[in-house]
Amino acid sequence: MRHARAGLTVLFSGILLFLATPALAEWAVNMPVGVTPISREVYGLHMLIFWVCVAIGAGVFGVMLWSIFHHRKSRGVKAASFHEHHMVEVIWTVIPFLILVSMAVPAAKTLIRMEDTRDADLTLKVTGYQWMWQYEYLEDGVSFYSKLDSESNKARQLNSGIDPESVPHYLLNVDNPVVLPVNKKIRILTTANDVIHAWWVPALGVKKDAIPGFINEMWTLIEEPGIYRGQCAELCGKDHAFMPIVVKAVTEEEYRQWVAEQTGKSEAETASL
Amino acid sequence: MSTTAEQLHDHHHEHPKGVLAWITRWLTTTNHKDIGTLYLWFSFLMFFIGGFMAMIIRAELFQPGLQVVDPMFFNSMTTMHALMMIFGAVMPAFVGLANWMLPMMIGAPDMALPRLNNWSFWILPFAFAMLLSTLFMEGGGPAAGWTMYAPLVLQTGDAFPFLIFSVHLMGISSVMGAINIIATVLNMRAPGMTLLRMPLFVWTWLITAYLLIAVMPVLAGAVTMLLTDKFFGTSFFNPAGGGDPVMYQHIFWFFGHPEVYILILPAFGIVSQIIPTFARKRLFGYASMVYATASIAFLSFIVWAHHMFTVGMPLAGELFFMFATMLIAVPTGVKIFNWVATMWKGAMTFETPMLFALSFVVLFSIGGFSGLMLAITPADFQYHDTYFVVAHFHYVLVPGAIFAITAAVYYWLPKWTGHMYNEFLGKVHFWASMIFMNLTFFPMHFVGLAGMPRRIPDYAVQFADFNWVSSIGAFGFGISQLLFLFIVIKTVRGGKKATSQVWEGAHGLEWTVPSPAPHHTFSTPPDVNLMHKEAHS
Repeated sequence: MRHARAGLTVLFSGILLFLATPALAEWAVNMPVGVTPISREVYGLHMLIFWVCVAIGAGVFGVMLWSIFHHRKSRGVKAASFHEHHMVEVIWTVIPFLILVSMAVPAAKTLIRMEDTRDADLTLKVTGYQWMWQYEYLEDGVSFYSKLDSESNKARQLNSGIDPESVPHYLLNVDNPVVLPVNKKIRILTTANDVIHAWWVPALGVKKDAIPGFINEMWTLIEEPGIYRGQCAELCGKDHAFMPIVVKAVTEEEYRQWVAEQTGKSEAETASL
Repeated sequence: MSTTAEQLHDHHHEHPKGVLAWITRWLTTTNHKDIGTLYLWFSFLMFFIGGFMAMIIRAELFQPGLQVVDPMFFNSMTTMHALMMIFGAVMPAFVGLANWMLPMMIGAPDMALPRLNNWSFWILPFAFAMLLSTLFMEGGGPAAGWTMYAPLVLQTGDAFPFLIFSVHLMGISSVMGAINIIATVLNMRAPGMTLLRMPLFVWTWLITAYLLIAVMPVLAGAVTMLLTDKFFGTSFFNPAGGGDPVMYQHIFWFFGHPEVYILILPAFGIVSQIIPTFARKRLFGYASMVYATASIAFLSFIVWAHHMFTVGMPLAGELFFMFATMLIAVPTGVKIFNWVATMWKGAMTFETPMLFALSFVVLFSIGGFSGLMLAITPADFQYHDTYFVVAHFHYVLVPGAIFAITAAVYYWLPKWTGHMYNEFLGKVHFWASMIFMNLTFFPMHFVGLAGMPRRIPDYAVQFADFNWVSSIGAFGFGISQLLFLFIVIKTVRGGKKATSQVWEGAHGLEWTVPSPAPHHTFSTPPDVNLMHKEAHS
């Protein structure tokens, strides 16, 4: 009895310890919905195809489980001898095909909208370097580099002794964030200067490769002010994990103010030279 | 009667004395069973080396921050892990199984081209010794991913030409193996073994062999262009010289997608052998299984660009590759449904090969579902290059290809060794592998969807919990495979005597020869017509 109680205490404290260790982190299991019309559509498609898969899986695995429990030799059953049925084959070819067609239609619609970069209000050119990003605002003449913030950079060195949990937004923070206005259609051009990178901010629902010698385009329309974080999504060498992206979405007035500050700063810099 | 005589005859030739004689025997053997054994042991060794690399990867990802290796070495571990597992473990294992089983399944005395067979195996140890040696070279091993994308791969140090040459050697070995299999299956079938009477493992391998011949030269071409770009001043993939880095990806994936099916079609064949045996019921829809396999093989040539939706293809291209990719779900679904229909109203027992085959059906389907999700292009923009993709292809490769190979080993081991394996240990191996495999790879779906990119040695803290779980699962899975090694060695050395038929429900020519299969089988071809008549009367 006492042994059992001691055992239980150990077990429960073990479980508590297990739950307590990752106190700071979260157990996120799904894609974020995002803050753009496209990201919401993508989320919808993702959930739709997910539930279609769950339904098919439940059906197929259900039949299989039933069979495993009922059609086992240990229950004394005799194996049937059927091994062919043309109609059944036709049915389970045609029905999945129809399900796929019903999935393909909304997916194609969203894809067409995603690739329509016409009538943008603002163009941001993104250039990938090993291992940082350069941002150029083509209309507003602002340009700067953006790389991993120094605190994360210190902590991420091999055996730095710094606890990543103590660093705010570890590996997802930069020195100079991209500032973009909300409710504007923003065209994003990507290219690279050395190897292939990919610019990805999950909340904006966009990802495109940045390829040396070529310019790709995508667009986004951010509906809520906020700070959105992302990372390079194409292996680009040693520090691929350490070139994050931070987008600060602000109101239009704040954006104009920021542009004025930036251009003022560069003018001041030129003047002082 | 004749087999007994053969056995005695065999005995006379076997067991040469001395180390040198032993080495010479294995170096010069042209016997399909010997070469099959060589392939299988080689693949087992590569599986453990590639697996050890996976342990290093999971050790680094055990918690956020860099504790074990520097980022460059981490990248070379992910690169080498993939190359070792794909070209060193899975492909040679399938060729080994083909060598052992194909001649016996079609009633042939050996492979059609025995000397070529010897050569195609003995290239491999050199190819992989060279590949592994790159880890000790100036600039480290290859670290640009197994896909070797230009221009990043051109930054590789001294390892670069060795990487390219070892890929060439692997390609030569695979193409020769494929030629041999096609020549054997088309020319050496016993009388009455018509094409549509061949066991499904023979069918899937025949189709796989055609895929190999079609695409391995494409890979060789792609890596040769990399080589000339690096050393001979060409600009195939260099935009500054008028080249195109995306063209490399198109060429690579024109090889790469059929390659995916090269890694899974023989597994379909294995499962199609095992499920009927333990359900004691003929395979449901044999003909539709053959046609589904052929359809998958055909479709595999027209879907390659779904690996590169984010490179900025024209809309029409994206739509075409999305639709074509979704279409693959149809023949794959047919296969799954046929397996379930084979179980339906059978009389099942659950020996280790059957357990692995059943978990193959379920877990491969899960990998298929995430594949279908990845086909939806707008959603793929989110999934692409995240851990969701890592989860997807590990679900089709670990409980897919690897579980099928494991099932095949348990299924045919009594035929190879003449001994039954220990059923209890086999079941322990199954449950440990199954549980740890899911613990490793299922959480990867979650971190991928939550935004963790793949191929990174360190990650933001919100991904810490699931990575911790994955790492524990991976260590457990790795240790479980040592049990597999122990079981195999134990069975080779002794155990309960196996009968010729081994399994109560087993049908096919390989079960008509004694266990262990004598060195030479079917020197006189069996009459399959007669056997068919008997089976149907």
